[in-house]
Amino acid sequence: MIAEAGLAALWLAGALALLQLALVTLGLAGSKSELLGAVRSVAVSQGVLTGLAFLLLILLFLRSDMSVMLVVTNSHSMKPWLYKFAGTWGNHEGSMLLWVTVMGLAGSAVALFERALKRETHMATLGAQAAISLGFYVFLLFSSNPFARIDPPPPDGQGLNPLLQDPGLAFHPPTLYLGYVGLSVAFSFAVGALLTRQVDAAFARAMRPWVLAAWVMLTLGIVAGSYWAYYELGWGGWWFWDPVENASLMPWLAATALLHSVTVLATRDALRAWTVMLAVIAFSMSMVGTFLVRSGILTSVHAFAVDPERGSFILALLAIYIGGAFALFGWRIGAVREGAPFELVSRETMLVVNNLLLSVILGLVLIGTLYPLLTEAFGLKVSVGAPYFDRIAGPIALLLLIAMAAGPLTRWRRDRFGLVAGRMLVPGIVALVTLALVVALAWGRIGILPLLGLVVAIGVGVGSLAPLWKRNLRRTPLFTWGMVIAHLGCAVSLGGMASDSAFTVEKLVAARPGDTIETADWTLYFDKIMPIAGDNWTALQADMTASRGGGKAIAIHPQSRFFASPPTTTTEAALMTRWNGQLYVVLGQETDDGRWQIRIWWKPFVTFIWLGGIMIALGGVLALIGRERRGWLLKWRARAAA
Amino acid sequence: MRALLAFLLMLASAPVLAQSALPPAPYADRQIDDPALEKKARALMETIRCLTCQSQSIADSNASMAGDMRSEIRQRIMAGEQPEHIRAWLIERYGDWVSYEPTAAPILWPLWGAPVVLLLLGLLLLRGRIRKGKRP
Repeated sequence: MIAEAGLAALWLAGALALLQLALVTLGLAGSKSELLGAVRSVAVSQGVLTGLAFLLLILLFLRSDMSVMLVVTNSHSMKPWLYKFAGTWGNHEGSMLLWVTVMGLAGSAVALFERALKRETHMATLGAQAAISLGFYVFLLFSSNPFARIDPPPPDGQGLNPLLQDPGLAFHPPTLYLGYVGLSVAFSFAVGALLTRQVDAAFARAMRPWVLAAWVMLTLGIVAGSYWAYYELGWGGWWFWDPVENASLMPWLAATALLHSVTVLATRDALRAWTVMLAVIAFSMSMVGTFLVRSGILTSVHAFAVDPERGSFILALLAIYIGGAFALFGWRIGAVREGAPFELVSRETMLVVNNLLLSVILGLVLIGTLYPLLTEAFGLKVSVGAPYFDRIAGPIALLLLIAMAAGPLTRWRRDRFGLVAGRMLVPGIVALVTLALVVALAWGRIGILPLLGLVVAIGVGVGSLAPLWKRNLRRTPLFTWGMVIAHLGCAVSLGGMASDSAFTVEKLVAARPGDTIETADWTLYFDKIMPIAGDNWTALQADMTASRGGGKAIAIHPQSRFFASPPTTTTEAALMTRWNGQLYVVLGQETDDGRWQIRIWWKPFVTFIWLGGIMIALGGVLALIGRERRGWLLKWRARAAA
Repeated sequence: MRALLAFLLMLASAPVLAQSALPPAPYADRQIDDPALEKKARALMETIRCLTCQSQSIADSNASMAGDMRSEIRQRIMAGEQPEHIRAWLIERYGDWVSYEPTAAPILWPLWGAPVVLLLLGLLLLRGRIRKGKRP
């Protein structure tokens, strides 16, 4: 019954989305404005119903109900409960249900909490949100039903890909989707504002918190995914320029640009058309990403359950929504004025430079990701990977970070070049000193990009703190703190990336129990190999100790795990975190002469990559609270005065 | 063309499949003693695609074929061959697909030109936004 109830909830939610769209269309275009009164409650009910369907699917997974096809193909009764739970979205149908659930809940939130938007724009926004949701309901119900039954039910399921059986699965996809799909709100805002021709500063102030919230979630999702891949895949890499990673990076780049342009629109009532365009692009990138992942058109580690028919379905949705939004943009944007041009040296120009560079990186990632498809049409199968993206996007990203440090030090409206350069003097000197030090100490052993990365990271790190200088820190607004922390996070993350690629020490050895291995300034003692068993796996575990510079020896246990359903071997790296880096030890295979392959990396400051990412997200949260709290206070004061 | 490519791939991988019962390649997981050479080999391996994996470089893969290719690369580097020469050899043998670095075929030129085009386009758009006249 649970599966039928879930399916019914999904159908009802789809019907409500249709109703929501119809109410808005008749209400706004057919001037039957009394219909608009029902839109908000319909939107909330729709969100609640999708949420219910999603909870019911989770329940089916937790109960290991083997009469449901999806549970059979993706779960197993012996699996620990956490992976039964998280396994709900570790497959195509479940992840698409998560997608529409987030979309439905985001729509509910807009219906319930959005107060700043003008009424017609608010309604048009909810109509747009319903229109997008509707397509994905149709997709889910007609080609990816998560609640389909199987008769007769098999005795047990086929299990979940062991690489996914990790706490990362409980955290990474939901946060990523909240960000990915949360951007649909910005898309709907843009469409709504185009429909009612109300693109102005007030619109930007209303949209900003939604963009910030989605961006924070997307940031966290990407950081979590990167760290998960880093420790789970067992090779110490944290970003592979895999098509699916690019698919999550592209909306992030667009959302980051949007976040900054929306501030220009809110503060100076300029960049109207561009901001609306970015809002459309950001969610379009989310949809393009979903298409790339779900269609299996590009080879990727994320490609589970791909199906060409589903691919064409999503491609059709993509064409309708993106094409529709751009057509509307082209039709209506003539009526939207861009506002007066900027002075060359001004905060506005710096933010436009930020947008320009982010968009160029976005364009390059998009071109690089899709290019293999183009050449394949000409009969040539090529790969575009790290060597391309690092070399092309790397230098532009460094420029972007320098602009990031200079932007907050430049005044709105008009500033003087000499004054801005003067404010950049200290960070500049710090960067030059770093350059001299690194060149003196590591010349010849460090590549040019990591070298520049370190220099920029340290210079920009200092520069990003500059907006706080000579200020009363207690009276500095929260959103300024948010900006400073997010910008510092970018520098910290870049520093980690540069340090990892410049200074990582790799050691591959074949060792016997009883051997001692020396690498970097670590001493590892390989004691023995032990068989151990977990809930649904058995493993060979190496008992080792690691000590540094004659210090205390600490036990570490890298494992090689065997899963029975489906039969797979995974490596569980042993990680030892120190403030200045991470020791990463992997147990490989046994060689013919009874030795064991062991891979060891010492990665100086590698954790800064994710620490920086978390700082970026934290900065977003502070900015969100800071801006909104200010709004609440103003509203409260106005009420008190009246 | 695709069928031909698949056929060539099969031809190329056939000896590897036959080898799977043999002891693993000597330098699959063994570093070159000279750190400078190992660094060179490692840099190349990071840009070569593992052909039996979903989407990984041979430097990041447990697949046996990736191990064989790592061994081949290390041995050639030790023999004094230049990385770009080895890449060319791998491309000739396995096709352009094997190299994560898009090579210089004319069809790939737009890829390397894209950053310049995009930046210029952006600056052109930007110019319209900046006030003309007195420049500090």
